[in-house]
Amino acid sequence: MGDKVGAVLVIGGGIAGMQSALDLADSGFYVYIVDYSPSIGGAMAQLDKTFPTNDCAMCIMAPKLVETGRHQNIKLVTNANVEKVEGDAGNFKVTINKRPRYVDESKCTGCGLCTQRCPVEVKDEYNRGFKIRKAVYIKYPQAVPPIHCIDQDHCIGCGICETQCRAGAIQYSQEQEKIDLKVGSIIVSPGFEEFDLSVKRREYGYGRFPNVVSSLELERMLSATGPYGGVVLRPSDGMIAQKIAFIQCVGSRDRSIGNPYCSSVCCMFAIKEAVIAQEHTPGLNSTIFFMDMRAFGKEFDDYYIRAAKEHRVRFVSNNRISSVEEDSKTKNLKIVYIKGGELQEEEFDLVVLSVGMEKPKGAKELGEKLGIELNDFDFCSTTIFSPISTNKPGIYVCGVFQDPQDSPDSVAQASGAAARASSIITSERNTLTTVKEYPPERVVGEEEPRIGAFICHCGINIGGVVNVPSVVEYVKTLPNVAYAEENLYTCSQDTQEHIKEKIKEHNLNRVVVASCTPRTHGPLFQNTVAESGLNPYLFEMANIRDQCSWVHMDEPEKATEKAKDLVRMALAKARLNAALPKVPIDVKPSALVIGGGISGMNAALELANQGFEAHLIEKEGKLGGLVNRLHYGLKGEDIPGWLGKIVENVEASDKISVYKNTTVKDVSGYVGNFVTTLNQNGEEKNVEHGAIIVATGGVEYKPTEFLYGKNDKVLTQLEFDNIMYNNEINPQAKTVVMIQCVGCRDEVRTYCSRVCCVEAVKNALKAKEKNPNIDIFILFKDMRTYGFREIYYEEAARQGIKFIRFFDDTKPVVTDDNGLEVKIYDHFLNEDVILKPDYLVLSVATIPNPDNYDLAPLLKVPLTKDGFFLEAHMKLRPVEFATEGIFVCGLAHSPKFLNECVSQSSAAVSRAATILSKEKLFVEGTVSSVDEELCIGCRTCEFVCPYGAIYKDEEKLVAKVMEVLCKGCGICGASCPENAILIRNYTDLQLTAQAMAALKGGI
Amino acid sequence: MSEEQVSHEGFEPKIIAFLCNWCSYAGADLAGVSRYQYPTNTRTVRVMCSSRVDPALILEMFIHGADGVLVGGCHLGDCHYITGNYYTEKKVKLVKKLMEKAGMEVQRLRLEWVSASEGERFSKVVADFVNEIKSLGPSPLAGDKPDEQKLEGLYVATNAARDFRLRSLVAREINLTEKGNVYDKKISQEEFDNLMDTAIEEEMARQKILFTTMDKPFSVLDIASQVNLSPQKVLEHIVTLKDRGLIVVDRYEGVMPLYVAPKEEVLR
Repeated sequence: MGDKVGAVLVIGGGIAGMQSALDLADSGFYVYIVDYSPSIGGAMAQLDKTFPTNDCAMCIMAPKLVETGRHQNIKLVTNANVEKVEGDAGNFKVTINKRPRYVDESKCTGCGLCTQRCPVEVKDEYNRGFKIRKAVYIKYPQAVPPIHCIDQDHCIGCGICETQCRAGAIQYSQEQEKIDLKVGSIIVSPGFEEFDLSVKRREYGYGRFPNVVSSLELERMLSATGPYGGVVLRPSDGMIAQKIAFIQCVGSRDRSIGNPYCSSVCCMFAIKEAVIAQEHTPGLNSTIFFMDMRAFGKEFDDYYIRAAKEHRVRFVSNNRISSVEEDSKTKNLKIVYIKGGELQEEEFDLVVLSVGMEKPKGAKELGEKLGIELNDFDFCSTTIFSPISTNKPGIYVCGVFQDPQDSPDSVAQASGAAARASSIITSERNTLTTVKEYPPERVVGEEEPRIGAFICHCGINIGGVVNVPSVVEYVKTLPNVAYAEENLYTCSQDTQEHIKEKIKEHNLNRVVVASCTPRTHGPLFQNTVAESGLNPYLFEMANIRDQCSWVHMDEPEKATEKAKDLVRMALAKARLNAALPKVPIDVKPSALVIGGGISGMNAALELANQGFEAHLIEKEGKLGGLVNRLHYGLKGEDIPGWLGKIVENVEASDKISVYKNTTVKDVSGYVGNFVTTLNQNGEEKNVEHGAIIVATGGVEYKPTEFLYGKNDKVLTQLEFDNIMYNNEINPQAKTVVMIQCVGCRDEVRTYCSRVCCVEAVKNALKAKEKNPNIDIFILFKDMRTYGFREIYYEEAARQGIKFIRFFDDTKPVVTDDNGLEVKIYDHFLNEDVILKPDYLVLSVATIPNPDNYDLAPLLKVPLTKDGFFLEAHMKLRPVEFATEGIFVCGLAHSPKFLNECVSQSSAAVSRAATILSKEKLFVEGTVSSVDEELCIGCRTCEFVCPYGAIYKDEEKLVAKVMEVLCKGCGICGASCPENAILIRNYTDLQLTAQAMAALKGGI
Repeated sequence: MSEEQVSHEGFEPKIIAFLCNWCSYAGADLAGVSRYQYPTNTRTVRVMCSSRVDPALILEMFIHGADGVLVGGCHLGDCHYITGNYYTEKKVKLVKKLMEKAGMEVQRLRLEWVSASEGERFSKVVADFVNEIKSLGPSPLAGDKPDEQKLEGLYVATNAARDFRLRSLVAREINLTEKGNVYDKKISQEEFDNLMDTAIEEEMARQKILFTTMDKPFSVLDIASQVNLSPQKVLEHIVTLKDRGLIVVDRYEGVMPLYVAPKEEVLR
């Protein structure tokens, strides 16, 4: 197998690409990320908030950006694109074309002096042209890599930036570079372009009317870092917008412009923006004009309901707005829409066009270079059985390029693609990655502190405001300071060597660097300290740039005093810093998979592919779960045939132990080392494993409404699918009526079951195929045929299938006094319609497995109010729990399609592989520890710990920290009634000393 | 211009800011990157989560002369540690109540949620807080001659914040009021607040009694007049404190027992 390569190429460094890269790099594969842009981060970096949690996008994304940027085994190739791909799965040769950025990446410190003095102003794409940037620039403040770039299209070549750069990083002579890479597999995640409003759909006035903006432009306005500081202003006059209209489906669901598909995210995106705008400007009114509200994801409908109720967002359904008119005087905008069958005109301050997603730039060329098949719209073509594989072996796809989708789905797919990409090169795991080797640690123990202080000028970023030499002189007078000096750039490569020399020369046992922020540069210096043989926790940092010189530019004296205080504070803490060991923990390279449906089986197979053992347990006597009852895919795919092969593969695999008729009785242990007691037909058995994947699936709701069970013409969609498959359908049948949202989107279950609209369309098309003369009526609230599924909805309408909308107050009424009758109010005809179906097919809810309520407490993981499992973070950690080592996928997480179950279960394995692929896990030193003498076992810490990392030892009756699960947040220590918990590296003593150092000195 | 304002002229407050690593510290960094200027009065102590900020730690800052304390966390729902900041909110509420009892202006303590993208907001928060503290004037505990009564009040409050009762209650507030207790019942916020207020009242009184009797024996009547409580109430507290081993009978003067609190127990 020597010709395989243990490296992966990820094309596109958005949120999906980063997730794939991190998973792969954390499980033993070297990763190259190639991004067209000068920095990674993709579309998510431009978002203000995210639905349905209203999380700040940058807050949740920045840690991933930083981690990707400094990962030992991830190489970023930015400002670059793929030129050529040769070879086959396992061994590709890729040529990358790296465009010049005219800045030496190895020298630029990201200090930004060049940008400040650049005289050329350019419209800032990141802020959608509402702000300016310079010709030498960094895309956004948190950009990774934090390296500037000269925009050749606008640079006038004045040479000023070179004169300003103290690091000598400007390089006008840089040329295009060809880079050859060898990789075993490729993940394609180039994202999307938004629909170009300047070319099509001009009737909305974009570009002509200043107060017509796109949804992404509004996003920048809503952002605190955006042009208006989070307030929505009308571009025409700078007044705060009071009345906003959102027009949905601009550039989506629109065959006339070539985009008949649904972009999946715009409905939720608009609701979010309306909610946030209202939060930022109380009293602001938003109206969303839409055709169908596609709030199909987890907790989305609740968000939709809250937006209407709590934020007074007005929703006007069944409307595709055709154009926008402007009042040339007020610059207000007029929209005509239909309400109650009549046309109405209304005026708004601002109109937001919810633009759709299109293929990424250069999709066609990329497809050709890679040799992968694209669909009619130049997105990547995939199948429901292999949703993250392209047609070419060894090349995988994730994110919007596969199907328009939101961040959690992209992140799940990204992890799934990582699992697929690594499974073909598992033999090469750990062959190209490096593990950082450090010299043996010098034991510092109780030695008197000897601190070295390195004070940075950061070019003139610090030195131009703070009097650095005086800080150095001051620092030298402080106790325990054995050495102090100033540096032009403390972060530069040569200074790292210099610091190491000084540590040796002066026998330093603590290091303090006063420069920028520990959030980005702390790890760099910790690494330097470790390379010199000191424990990295003997390092401390003072932030005298971002939080001093940059924010007190007009007060140099006070800034200098503050800088002295900040260094004195860091020294006070450093004196108390202790060496913290990284504790190794053994890992069992196997996983327990709970649930033998498609998600569980795919997870087990994926684990086996990765070389890990899987214990697959199934409550029933047969594998397959709910999919046993599916027969056709949307394109007529043969599901039973495929399922049969999967079951066969599972049962044949020597890496998979299948336990049928089995349930979980008890779970103990922690990540890497779980012990689970199984109950198989009453017999108990213990299995040991390193991770757990929850795939308990879902259940079809048994309706109590619409005469189900009372009249045998009333069936569920699955039952209807079954009689069609077995050709048991009455050939004389003339009329089929389908009712959507039975048992969901109601008072009891507020959520949407996601799949039923498409299932109805699919079965309706199948019924038409069997009998073209049959009349089919689908009674619905909103048709939620998102993504490319929309095409089939369109096709159904084309084939004459009738869709009749109902609302909560006009639900259909079913009687069988006169034979089976369905009465429905038709809003277009303005009258009741009576249908006499031969089959009444109910699209019933997917409800969570009732066993979840027993399993959740055993695993100590949470459920949603509906009874699905609740992941650690809805947006960026979709398949894992806060408790490490436990993962979730499939219907256990929320209702979803077969293909989504497949990619999500692969994702769960990818996340698990970051643990299982390691022989040992290393626990960070910054964890809490319990003083058993003081602890009274009151369990307060257990209550407050968000990670289940602390529990009561029932023998000793004291709290015990599972260090491997502890994240070091410190809540337990600050809550402990007996003050019995120490938070390492943030002890009471350290924090007090640091703060007291500020209070004792003057300000 | 009033006399008070004159006396504040040139006053530069000392403000300690405890900022969480993931949001408010990141927001402060962004203020720098975006060059939003703000006054130089804050000194930041970075913590991983705002929930790490112990109530006693905040009070100690005031004892040692801080003019203001700013606690910064992620917006509710955004906490990097999932739920930490909900607890921070409760802790800060407790500290404010204790400050009030100790006679300290509660405006000197601020809790602010600042996200990683709110650089400008961070600068405004600091500027606004500095202004507010400037208008309040120097802390009565700052400088060479701190207000003895308030100082003792804060010591008392700090001890109360270190004691198990208030800590146990504040840590369980969310559980009891929102999730349900061991009987699967929820306690109403009002009921809980009453419970908490009573506990604060009592623990402050008890700590005050301890300070009064620290190394200097007093009778119930003496203590009552010093701590401004009825002798009956004082006796009740003394019984509790005796049970906790924090106060002992020093001697009897005729029929009158005198109580003393060992210094090491009070100044733990």
